[in-house]
Amino acid sequence: MSQETNHSTSGNHTSLEEGIAEWRSYLRPRRAIHSVDADELEDHLRGQVSALLEAGLSEDEAFLIAVKRIGELDEISREFAREYSERLWKRLVVTPDGEDNKGNGRDILVAVALACAAAAAIKAPELLGLSMDWNEEFYARNLSLFVLPFLAAFFAWKRALTPVGRLWLTAPFLVAAVAINLMPFALGGHTEALAALHLPMALWFAVGYAYAAGRWRDHDQRMNYVRFSGEWFIYYSLIALGGGVLMGLTMFVFDAIGVDAGNLVGYWILPCGALGAVVIAASLVEVKQSVIENMAPVLTLIFTPLFTLVLLAFLGAAALTGSGVAGDRNVLIGFDLLLVVVVGLILYAISARDPQRQPGLFDALQLVLVVCALLVDAIALWAIAARISEFGFSPNKVAALGENLILLLNLGWSAVLYGRFLTRRVAFAKLERWQTAYLPVYALWAGVVVLVFPPLFGFR
Amino acid sequence: MNIGKDLVAASATPLILAILKEGESYGYAIIKRVAELSGGELHWTDGMLYPVLHRLERNGFVSAGWGRSESGRRRKYYRLTDRGEEELASQRRQWQVVDSALRQMLFRSFQPVPQGG
Repeated sequence: MSQETNHSTSGNHTSLEEGIAEWRSYLRPRRAIHSVDADELEDHLRGQVSALLEAGLSEDEAFLIAVKRIGELDEISREFAREYSERLWKRLVVTPDGEDNKGNGRDILVAVALACAAAAAIKAPELLGLSMDWNEEFYARNLSLFVLPFLAAFFAWKRALTPVGRLWLTAPFLVAAVAINLMPFALGGHTEALAALHLPMALWFAVGYAYAAGRWRDHDQRMNYVRFSGEWFIYYSLIALGGGVLMGLTMFVFDAIGVDAGNLVGYWILPCGALGAVVIAASLVEVKQSVIENMAPVLTLIFTPLFTLVLLAFLGAAALTGSGVAGDRNVLIGFDLLLVVVVGLILYAISARDPQRQPGLFDALQLVLVVCALLVDAIALWAIAARISEFGFSPNKVAALGENLILLLNLGWSAVLYGRFLTRRVAFAKLERWQTAYLPVYALWAGVVVLVFPPLFGFR
Repeated sequence: MNIGKDLVAASATPLILAILKEGESYGYAIIKRVAELSGGELHWTDGMLYPVLHRLERNGFVSAGWGRSESGRRRKYYRLTDRGEEELASQRRQWQVVDSALRQMLFRSFQPVPQGG
């Protein structure tokens, strides 16, 4: 008998604890009520429950009454929000709770140290007599090597990359540094410019290896890196805007006292700031990841319909006037950029979409956008093919053409998958999978342009 | 009897300050004290006490700190500050005015001559 009573009491006890835990879980998503406040409210609830228990109520009854007396959580939350209106604005740098604050603080410290290292790295060659004025090619070729190793180091540290992983991570940077500085580029050659342009892209994927803690085959990790890259870009742009204001004001105030700050700005603030900001922006994205809504998908939502409209208008105009595209190199690059934007729009739309949701209007819109982009690109390729058959291949044309084909292939298959998804023949995950599976193609192509093109075209 | 929301809200600050003048206390005990003082008539939604306490803390009328309850649970205790004392004194003067005005009019007209018989 007593054993049975005991048993039932302890059973009730867990149900009380469960009840309180459940009640707290309703508090958790409310932004105006921080967890310390929830602690205080829980203490109140427990005090009330034990008083009611003493008065002879059962645990269930006591819990129910105590919850009722403490009031509607919506109303309490509203009162807290009135008292702490600032809490409704999620804050990035200062986490108000003091929880997790240490981790973030250390992140920022490491990031600042690495940013300073990057800033020092770009000034270091001057100690060897390589001034920025006379060695533009050297600085252009090596620009990404001054900063991306530090970004990679940040993630290698943050993700606690294994020693083997660190070795793998070092390899692409070493190869790049050796290759790009030892290749005998012709003065003002196109292959050198192409290599300088593609090296950052190739190394960005190497950073992705550190970001994914070496698990680069994992599709979720790849998608996370895509999300990170989008947010990083937005943060970097914002920091760059601020940097512009800083530089402008620096020039202005020094000018007011008759001192020319041009050298300070041009040789110190701009290069050091631009490189340091790469690491700082990345660390901010890391910190805010869970705090603030991702911006890239929001921009995607805004610009997908607009780009679709513009492309439709362009197709209409081209059909009406019957005028073809002038097929020179810049046009090819322009259309490459168009495809990059469209792939970006799709990628970020996919990154933010719940794969379980049924096909909707926005998905149809994406398909329209992709088909338009394909048609527009077909017009451009037609013109360019004619020009290449007339003037032959050059490194620039081959690079631009290769990129065009790579993006075309991605978009073509994306269109097929979107069509199948809209007619409910494949799951959305297929589309996501296709995009993440395709990422190494970009990395490979960038690597080829850096390492294979120069010897292939005789370093012209 | 149901006491109006505005009246409950208006009387909250002086009541809390006066209760804390008796000594350091915490949310649940304050609620209990209010119930005792009003014979259970002045009823607050318990959860609403905390935003009020936090506002008083921000205004510097009370100071708060985490301690332990008898059972060892973390509990937030509130204590009246010097500024809180001043505020309580000011509230007392204000309520005296309200109280005397109410006594002169309300109780005379609706409850004629309580002791005159």
